[in-house]
This record gives sequence, C-alpha cells and structure tokens, in this order.
Amino acid sequence: MNRRVFFLIPLVVFLILTGYFAVGLTKDPKRLPSMLEGKPVPDFDLKPIKGRDNKGFASTDLKGSVALVNIFGSWCVACRAEHPFLMDLKESGAVTIHGIDWREEDPDAGAAWLKKHGDPYALVGDDPKSRAAIAFGVTGAPETFLVDAKGVIRHKIVGPLDKKIWENTVKPMIERLRKVGAS
Amino acid sequence: MTAELGHFALILALFMSILQSTVPLVGAQRRHCSWIALAQPTAILQFLLVALAFGCLVHVYLISDFSVVNVVSNSHTDKPLIYKISGVWGNHEGSLLLWVLILSMFGAAVAVFGGNLPPTLKARVLAVQAMVAVGFYLFMLFTSNPFERIFPPPLNGQGLNPLLQDPGLAFHPPMLYLGYVGFSMAFSFAIAALIEGRVDAAWARWVRPWTLAAWCFLTAGIALGSWWAYYELGWGGWWFWDPVENASFMPWLAGTALLHSATVAEKRDTLKGWTVLLAIITFSLSLLGTFLVRSGVLTSVHAFATDPTRGVFILVLLIIVIGGSLALYAWRGPQLTSTGLFQPVSREGALLFNNLVMTTAAAAVLLGTLYPLLLDALGGGKVSVGAPFFNAVFIPLMIPMIVAMAIGPFLHWKRSDVTPALLRLRLAFGAALLTGLLAFIAHQDGPVLGAIALALGVWLALGAVTELASRIRLFQIPLGDALRRVTRLPRASWGMTLGHLGLAVSIIGMAGAGAWTVESIQVMKPGDRVMISGYEFTFDGAKDSTGPNYSVVAGNFTVRRNGEHVTNLAAEKRIYAVSKQPTTEAAIHTTLAGDLYAVIGDPEGANGAYVTRLYFNPLVVWMWIGTLIMVFGGAISLTDRRHRVGAPKRSRADAAVQGA
Repeated sequence: MNRRVFFLIPLVVFLILTGYFAVGLTKDPKRLPSMLEGKPVPDFDLKPIKGRDNKGFASTDLKGSVALVNIFGSWCVACRAEHPFLMDLKESGAVTIHGIDWREEDPDAGAAWLKKHGDPYALVGDDPKSRAAIAFGVTGAPETFLVDAKGVIRHKIVGPLDKKIWENTVKPMIERLRKVGAS
Repeated sequence: MTAELGHFALILALFMSILQSTVPLVGAQRRHCSWIALAQPTAILQFLLVALAFGCLVHVYLISDFSVVNVVSNSHTDKPLIYKISGVWGNHEGSLLLWVLILSMFGAAVAVFGGNLPPTLKARVLAVQAMVAVGFYLFMLFTSNPFERIFPPPLNGQGLNPLLQDPGLAFHPPMLYLGYVGFSMAFSFAIAALIEGRVDAAWARWVRPWTLAAWCFLTAGIALGSWWAYYELGWGGWWFWDPVENASFMPWLAGTALLHSATVAEKRDTLKGWTVLLAIITFSLSLLGTFLVRSGVLTSVHAFATDPTRGVFILVLLIIVIGGSLALYAWRGPQLTSTGLFQPVSREGALLFNNLVMTTAAAAVLLGTLYPLLLDALGGGKVSVGAPFFNAVFIPLMIPMIVAMAIGPFLHWKRSDVTPALLRLRLAFGAALLTGLLAFIAHQDGPVLGAIALALGVWLALGAVTELASRIRLFQIPLGDALRRVTRLPRASWGMTLGHLGLAVSIIGMAGAGAWTVESIQVMKPGDRVMISGYEFTFDGAKDSTGPNYSVVAGNFTVRRNGEHVTNLAAEKRIYAVSKQPTTEAAIHTTLAGDLYAVIGDPEGANGAYVTRLYFNPLVVWMWIGTLIMVFGGAISLTDRRHRVGAPKRSRADAAVQGA
C-alpha cells in the first residue's frame, strides 16, 4: 500500500502545478503593464518632415482629445502592410492619428511615401535620430500608442494595427475614454 | 504549389502517425503479428512525409516565396543564403516542423536499426513515439501552419531578427532539438516498459545510448547558446538564468540524472522505478522547454493573449502527455520490482545521490522559472526571478555534488567503504586546497566563491585522472603493462572519465569568468589608452562600412602588453537595413589565460569619441573546452561495443556485471 502512494506523488505534484498554470494563463493578459501605460507621454518636439507641411509634431499637441500616435518609416515593410487600415480609419473619422516618421535616412523619403500610399496623419514629426522613439520605448516599427485627452498613454500596440485589434481592443478603449472625459 | 504539397504531406503524416500509434499497440496486446509488423513501415513512411514537408518549407524560403506568411514574416531577399535556411527554424511554426522531423527521424531509426528488440517492445515504443507526434501534427495543422498563404503577397519580407543572423545561432536550435527530441526515445521506452510491466537489463541497455546521444546534443546546444550570448550580446556574460536558457538546462539536469540511473538499472537491476520516472520527467521538461523557447507562451503572458488558441492547445497537450504518463506510472510503476540490494555507501548509493541532487536542482530551476507565473496566479503581482535566486539555490547544491563526484567512481557496487577512496584522492585533495588558497590570496578583493569553485574544479579534474590511473594500475604494475591496460579500457569508462573531466574543466572556466572578470566602461577619443589587467588598449578610431544586409561601425583597438604588440581588435556595431535594429559584435582575442573583449557603443560628441567597454575575462575559454570534452566523452561512450551488440539475456547481463 505504502509503495503505491510513493508512485502517486509525481502525478499529484504535476496536477497541483497544472492548476497554477491554468489559473495563471487565464489571468487577464491585457493587464500586462507596459512601462509607459498610465503615464503622460514623454516630452518631445519634432520638426516637420520635408515636403509635407511645416507644422511638426510635439507632445503639447496631444492635449485636448483622444488620439493615436503611430510610429512608421518608409523603410518598414510591416508599416506598408498596416497602412491601408490607417487610411480606412482616417476615412471613418473614428479617431485622430498622428505619425512619427522614424529613422528616415533620406529626408525626402517620408513625404514621398505618404504621397504614394496616402496620408492618414493629422500631424507628422520627423525623428531621424530616434529621439522621440527612444523616449516612447519603441522596439520596432510599426508601433501605435493610444493617448487620452490629458496626454496620458493608455495602450500600446506592437506591430501592425489591424481591424481585429481595432474592434476588440482599441475602439472599446477609446469609447470608454471619451465617456469618462465627457462626464 | 510547393507550399500546398508540404501542407498535404503534413496531413498525410498525421494520418500515418495515427495509424502507427494505434494498430501496433493493440497488436502487441493481442499478439497479432501482422498488426505489430505495421509499426515499422508506418514509422518510416511518417518520417519520409515529414521530410518532404520540411523540404517544401526550405524550398519556399530559398526562392523567397512571399505568398507564404511564414516566409514574409521571417525572411527577406537581401538575406544571405545560410540565414534563409536557418530562418526556416528561426520561428514558431518552422521550429515545430523541425521538431517533428527529428521526432519521426528517431522513430524511423528505431524501426530500421531496432531489429534485435523484442517485437512487442518495439511496436509499443514506436506507437508511443507516434502518439507524441500526433499531438504535434494537430497543433501545427490547427494553430501553427507553416504553409499558410497570404494574399496579396507583399513585395518583400520583414527579415529575420538580426540577433538571430549569426552562425552560432543558426545551428543552436537544431542541436537543442536533437537533444530535446532525443529524450523522447527514453520516454517512449519508459512508457512501453510501463505497458509491458517489465524493466530489465536489456531494456536499460537500449535506453542508454539514446539518452547518451540526446545528452551529447543537448550539451553541445547549450554550450553553443552560451557562447553566442557571450560574443553577441556584448557584455561579456555567458549565462543569464533567463527562462529560455533554463528551459534547456532543466532537461539537461534531469537527463544527466537519467543517464546515471540507467547505468544502475542496467548493471544492478535496481532503481528501475526511478529510472522510468526520470525518463518521463526529462522528456516532460524537454516539452516544456520547446514551448518556452519557441512559442514564448509560458515566458510572456502577452504572447498568450495575442493567440489564446495556441496557449490552450499547448496546455492541453502537456496535460495529456505528462499527466497521462505520470498516471500510467502511478498505476503500473509499483509492478516494477528490483532485485539488486545495496548499502547507502556504494556505487549505487553514490549514483542515487547524484540523481537526487540533479533532480532537486532541476526542480529548483523549474520553480524559479515558473515562480512569476505561479505568483501571478495567486494574485501576487508581476515579479521576475533573476540570477541571485538561482545562484543562492543552485551553487549550494552543486558543491557537495562535485565533492562526491570525485569519490563516487572509486566505490564498489553493493557495498563499499569511503576510506580507501579518500586515501587515493589525498593528492587531489592537497592540490585542490593549495589552488584554492593561492587563488584566495591572489584575489582577496574578489568573491571567495571563485576560489572555492576553482579548488572544486581542480579536485574533480585530478579525481577523474586518479581514477583512470588506478583503473590501469599506473605505478603499481610496470608502465608498459599499465599503458596496455589503457587501450583495453571499455569505451564507456572513458566516457565517464572524460565526462567528469570535462565538467571539471568547465567549472574552472566558470570560476575564472564568474569571479574575476575585469570591466571598464569609458568614453575614448582616438589615441586614448586604458589599462586592464596588465593589457594596454589604445583606441584607433572608428570607421563606417557596409555588409551584405547591414551597415557597420567598426571601432579599432590596438592591444599591447609591456609595450609589446599583442593583437588588434575590431569591435563592430551593425545596423540591419530591414529592421533598423542594431546588434553588437564584440571583438574577442582568446588566450588560454583569458579573453580580451572589446565592445563599441554610441558616438559621443563630434571629435570621433565613442563609448567603449573593455573586459578581461580570465579562463573563460576553458568553459567551452570543458563542454567539448564532455560531448567527446559521450561520443566515445556511444561507440562502446556493448551498445552495438544485441542486448544480452538476463544471465549474461549478470556475467557482464561481474566483469565490470
């Protein structure tokens, strides 16, 4: 009898571990804290990109309404894949999108790219030396930040933003933020 | 078209493995010869089909077919050929395909070379092997299809993570997988033995070479990984206790225990239940490792969130494979009776001690790796467990183990006495003590642990050599006779000596690099000089140039010692064109006494000055030399005659024990 118990121990230990696993994996994964979520956007003041307009883009532009900040570059293949969706988003007028043109080697490339594929952005800042990108903790392009009316980062999307992420995550968050802002 | 062919081959392989996992199993139970015989052709066909699928995936990578999602997200036309190929397994889907390829390859090897296995055992082993494969095929086909198409196809791919574009890392995953998947053989044999209700010397003799081969690959894979971390990550470290490394280290610890335990099961007909359990645990940890390394599901909850189907599938797969086999163990394990009795102080006792320490160490590493996840499940918030925890748990376990490791081989089977062994080791003890003291005096400002580790390394190395000397009776019989005995030693015993010696050499390397590394970080203008451990580094400035798919800044250093030129170092910082991600390529000058290691950082100001990091890593190269010796020892042991001749019957096994 004792001998049987001894052979049961590994199974019992495993089942306990599995229980923890199951609970651990069902924890709300959206709560994975990004370093900057819930914090104000870092201070930045970027010059306009050559050949678009002369407004530029600074952290102070983010006060007043909910907006998306999209990190892109004409060299980035995934940004090209993401681009049509950003154009749709602009057409629908659901939210203002600002762009940070990251690590452009040729100063004309960003504007040329936007001319060719369409320009979904309200404001675009030029960031050839990664000043703003580093402050935002960007690891690659594209990345998109959801910023609320007070200029606080609410969410970060790594990789291309698409319809699925928009409908499931970003859109509900924007609606909630607007409701809170209005009340 | 090629992608569809690969997809189709994969589906056929699934059906083949379903056939292989059911019919022979039933046949073995009911003694239907023709059903049993089906195991062999299905195993071989399954392998050929996966090989075809894998070939198709390699092909779409080679021609850069950007209508396949997998190629788009991991390749680029600019990429050198070797990285187009290594890109195949540099991602989740492709690495799973490599995994099943190796799994079915091992299965086919048993089918082809297992002629002298009892037919029912062979059928059951192959059936279990195929069950694991079924799980993987389903996982791939439903959640991670490497052949998925994209429309419209983009013009070019997104490129492979630049950190992975490195020869060391191109071959690291296949090595690791050969190790992980190799342990599936031990697992299949263990499950088959539980079904048969019998573990005998013949069984253990079959399990041992597979375990040994897997162990060699895993050792080489881990060494390759740490070497890569050393020269690529650019801060002179070689082991970080991160989940990915732990994932490969846990099966190594358990596999090492299995290797020793299987020896006892083979020679002394005891520790059988323990050996079977270790086989199950080792493969379970390998499975966990596969998912930790490639899918990122268990390391980061974020990855799980983006694709919950994969996570749930993996969890269910793990529960079925591990839980199922442990349940079988609880049910059938008690029937495995041992005949060999032994005293606590004996060869068996020493090997059991090794087993206990190794499994405890594996459990500690598992705890540290999963703790963040467990704590989160309890609502304790997010934490990360780092080197301090692992060092605090792991090192105290290893110290007594290495002390005992030199003594163990001197003990006799059944019952023994420690005193004669200790007397033979007095020379090793003296030398170890002296080395430790000298190291302590020379590095009084450094950690004491360094001196202790160095002493342990010397103790174990001399212990292994002393054991070899006493085995050939050096200085007891004429030298010529002793040397003749050297040539007649069984290769398995060379394996043990080299394995232990290799670990000793590695420990010496770890002691040096872990305790006495000298680091210096500064801004250097061209012409500036820095002294490190007696070496004078002169910064000669940095130059820009371009590689095949990256641009590069190379910082040049001239190193002199006492005014004499030692070497020139060119440390590179590369920026890859597609992802714009920078990587560092440290410049390393290796000597047996230590490595000179230089890294160049960002420019500082306009006068050509750069941030530089310079290191002297004493003895570090011995760490990898040691692992090479270990792998070489394993390979020698694999060529032992006893593995090639058929497993003897019970009575002959007893006779072999008397001779050993």
